[in-house]
Amino acid sequence: MSRKEKSIEKTTRQHKRLIKRRKPNRSVWGDIFLYLYLLLVALIMVFPIVYAVNSALKPLDELFMFPPKVFAQNPTLDNFSDLFVTMGKSWVTFSRYLFNTVFITTVGTAGHLIIASMAAFVLAKYDFPGGKTFFHLVTVAMMFSGYVTAIPNYLIINALGWIDTYWAIIIPAFASPMGLFLMKQFMEGLPTSLIEAAKIDGASEWKVFTGIVMPNVKPAWMTMLIFSVQALWNNKAATFIYSEERKTLVYALQQIQSGGIARTGQGAAVLVVVMIVPIAIFIFSESQILETMASSGLKD
Amino acid sequence: MKEYLRKYVMLRKHNMSVAWKKAKRSKMCYAFLAPYAILFTLFFILPVVTSIFFSFTYYNILEKPRFIGLSNYISLILEDDIFLIGIKNTLMIAVITGPLGYIMSFLFAWLINELPRWVRSVAVVVFYAPSIAGNCFVIFSVFFRGDAYGYVNAFLMNLGIIDAPILWFINPTYMLPICMLVILWMSLGTGFLSFVAGLQGVDRAQFEAGYMDGIKNRWQELWYITLPNMKPMLMFGAVMSITQAFGVCDVTMALCGYPSTDYAARTIVTHLFDYGYSRFEMGYASAIATILFLMMILCNKAIQSLLRRVGT
Repeated sequence: MSRKEKSIEKTTRQHKRLIKRRKPNRSVWGDIFLYLYLLLVALIMVFPIVYAVNSALKPLDELFMFPPKVFAQNPTLDNFSDLFVTMGKSWVTFSRYLFNTVFITTVGTAGHLIIASMAAFVLAKYDFPGGKTFFHLVTVAMMFSGYVTAIPNYLIINALGWIDTYWAIIIPAFASPMGLFLMKQFMEGLPTSLIEAAKIDGASEWKVFTGIVMPNVKPAWMTMLIFSVQALWNNKAATFIYSEERKTLVYALQQIQSGGIARTGQGAAVLVVVMIVPIAIFIFSESQILETMASSGLKD
Repeated sequence: MKEYLRKYVMLRKHNMSVAWKKAKRSKMCYAFLAPYAILFTLFFILPVVTSIFFSFTYYNILEKPRFIGLSNYISLILEDDIFLIGIKNTLMIAVITGPLGYIMSFLFAWLINELPRWVRSVAVVVFYAPSIAGNCFVIFSVFFRGDAYGYVNAFLMNLGIIDAPILWFINPTYMLPICMLVILWMSLGTGFLSFVAGLQGVDRAQFEAGYMDGIKNRWQELWYITLPNMKPMLMFGAVMSITQAFGVCDVTMALCGYPSTDYAARTIVTHLFDYGYSRFEMGYASAIATILFLMMILCNKAIQSLLRRVGT
């Protein structure tokens, strides 16, 4: 093939790509303007987070430097190790707060996943009296926030004798309406023939649920996981838990921050620990979460 | 008339027996639903019912609840000036941050929808991160610190706009606007994710048909094709942002203190906490909760009937 032919082929390929990518009704200037605008907003959105991470990495002299620099010049992990060293000597160690939060988050999320998926499965795939009404109640429950029920919830948990235990946080989290809603909407997309085929082969309902339905809704698991983790990891639990040794990480964060200017570095380090977990989970499961959210619409 | 009633009763009876037979056959369904249903009743339905019940009583945990009729509501609305401040602040925050946050969520979801795949996934993380970063908003108390070392104060003083540092979180003039700013920063939440996912699911063929029918620019495309396709997601996003907008308390409590100067940053939820957890006037707090509940549900219903008309 001669050089001329090659170059012609190249330009046609470029044209084709251009036609494919560009929508016919877009102006170039509009696009450029929009991208610049998006970039600007993205910088504003991300600035506080970048700043928080960097202050956790700053050594003491840089934390109080004026005028301040956003990026740490000599990043260290001293603030993080301080959390374990200085707070290791206090009555309730930092690792204990961390353990409390990890325990509440893991157990709460696991229970929520199992219980809400079971309910979502029958609500999505079977028609039985009361099912639709119940699901409607769940969607109504999404319309008011937890603060409305805070006072009676306290009385109920008190009656159950769960005040000042982990269960006061964990058990109510099992029934979060959001997880059930998303799971049910996603399960409706599963072909019913899949379930019927398994039943003809003689599988019991429980087998169908664990063997066929659950492996097919993995994206929805991740979505329930992120919402549940986000709620539990940030739970201050101050109204239900009084003993210092059972308090959570967010509570410790507030204590450290009220410790004043000397604790600035450690406060920033805890802040990073608190926010990094939900963000990391989201980054790793983004595509699955978006797949689930595609069926999140409220139809009526 | 009698005949009609008799027939109606018969029909009801028949329906009931059919439902009962169906229910008997689907025992398995109830077994699957039971764990969730019990917990849901215990922690969502029962609390709403008891809250409405206690709102008509005087109850302080130590003594038995005593029925006092509507007087909780009457004193809330007629005598409690601080509650009125709370309502005013909550409504102001809800009316400004609710719709703005909602529009921002949709706008950014729509704009990043056309970016190349990998840029889009980075953009989703960047826009969504503030709302899942939990207590990260306390970093704003560093930016808006009240002395001359606070960044905003220092910046404004260097420019010569102000000559003395402003006490951002103590001066009632600035409290609410800054809280709204922080709430807006965090407002691209679950609804935003729903929009991003929904936009990717819109059928491409409809856009191509639109080009043929002479849709000229992206705004026409938005109104005639995209929005009607997104109705269910728009509903879902509205529910999320209304619930959030009326439940504001974390941000105001963490930044402006609890209680705040002159109660200038008091919201309905802070008032509820004050009476419920500090003064143990559970009856009064329940009345506040019931009012909040009614506001949220009514607002949701109103917005939903409004959204049904989109694109028609």
